Amino acid sequence: MNRAQQIFTILIAACVTACIRALPFLIFRRKQQIPAFVRSVGEQLPRATMMMLIVYCLKDVSFTQVHLWLPAAAGILVTVLLQVYRKKMMLSVFGGTMVYMLMLRWIA
Amino acid sequence: MRNGFRTAFPYTLPVMAGYLFLGIAFGVAMRSQGHAPGLGILMSVVIYGGSLQFALVEPLTRNFAPVMILMLSCMIQARHLFYGLTMLPHYRKTGKALPYLIFSLTDETYSIVCSDMPSGVSAASWYTAVSLLDQIYWVLGTILGTIAGGMLPLSALNGIDFSMTALFTVIVTDQTTNAISRCRRGEIGWDEVLFAPLLGGAGTLLCLLVVGREHFLLVSMMLMLSGFTVRYSWEKGKEARGA
Repeated sequence: MNRAQQIFTILIAACVTACIRALPFLIFRRKQQIPAFVRSVGEQLPRATMMMLIVYCLKDVSFTQVHLWLPAAAGILVTVLLQVYRKKMMLSVFGGTMVYMLMLRWIA
Repeated sequence: MRNGFRTAFPYTLPVMAGYLFLGIAFGVAMRSQGHAPGLGILMSVVIYGGSLQFALVEPLTRNFAPVMILMLSCMIQARHLFYGLTMLPHYRKTGKALPYLIFSLTDETYSIVCSDMPSGVSAASWYTAVSLLDQIYWVLGTILGTIAGGMLPLSALNGIDFSMTALFTVIVTDQTTNAISRCRRGEIGWDEVLFAPLLGGAGTLLCLLVVGREHFLLVSMMLMLSGFTVRYSWEKGKEARGA
């Protein structure tokens, strides 16, 4: 496609993305009471969607051989342990990422 | 506002690591397909959605197909519906910043703003600072990848995008520890501690295995909504019976 079509394509993607992100706010306008059911789902969604995102991040991990999934498994385990026992977000994220990156190089 | 940025900055560091790296990778991918330098940067400014932008790199070299692009965008971005649903009551009070906050509600920004906010800042300046900083990292990464892509030692950084997974893992860990302590205090039952993460985690995993990696998120979203609906009406029914 030519330059104009490329830019048009990008604008389509941008509009769809913005509309999807805005949809809940457009349905439930300012001042209008948010229904109890919607509020309840909204409150529970973070704990479900964050798990969904973790699965999404790991969707390309293969379980056919140990060395393919061990780095990710170790990275997550270290992240959880650091967060439970040290409770420092930065330490947990970078500790887990370091373990993952090192294992990627050593065993994969 | 300056106070907002000072408070928000440390919280956004994991996103900084991930977005700079992924942004660079995106810039490099765009350049390697021979796209004009401005195109990738334009995408990071107006679309601002990592997975969709990566998915468009290749179609942008082919024939113009607006309907296909529309459907692809809907499919990849559908999960963002949920983020607005959560932030609805919180974002409403942010005034002039609201349109930008909605526009910039990505996975990573959501993961930060869906948790309790730190004390000492106004909601509007906290949300704005987190959202703006995150997009700055993303655009900056894209620019770096676009202009200096070939010169950067990307393979040395291979795997640094795991910081996103780790960030999400930290959030889930905190959410779960909080839920467990609320349960210990008797405010909620064990079923409530376990229901949402199991629905989101095991449910999505199941969808991935059954539906495959192309469409599993859409199916998983429907599963989650039905799960919450069934549970909500069941709880309401229980209340009605008890009362």
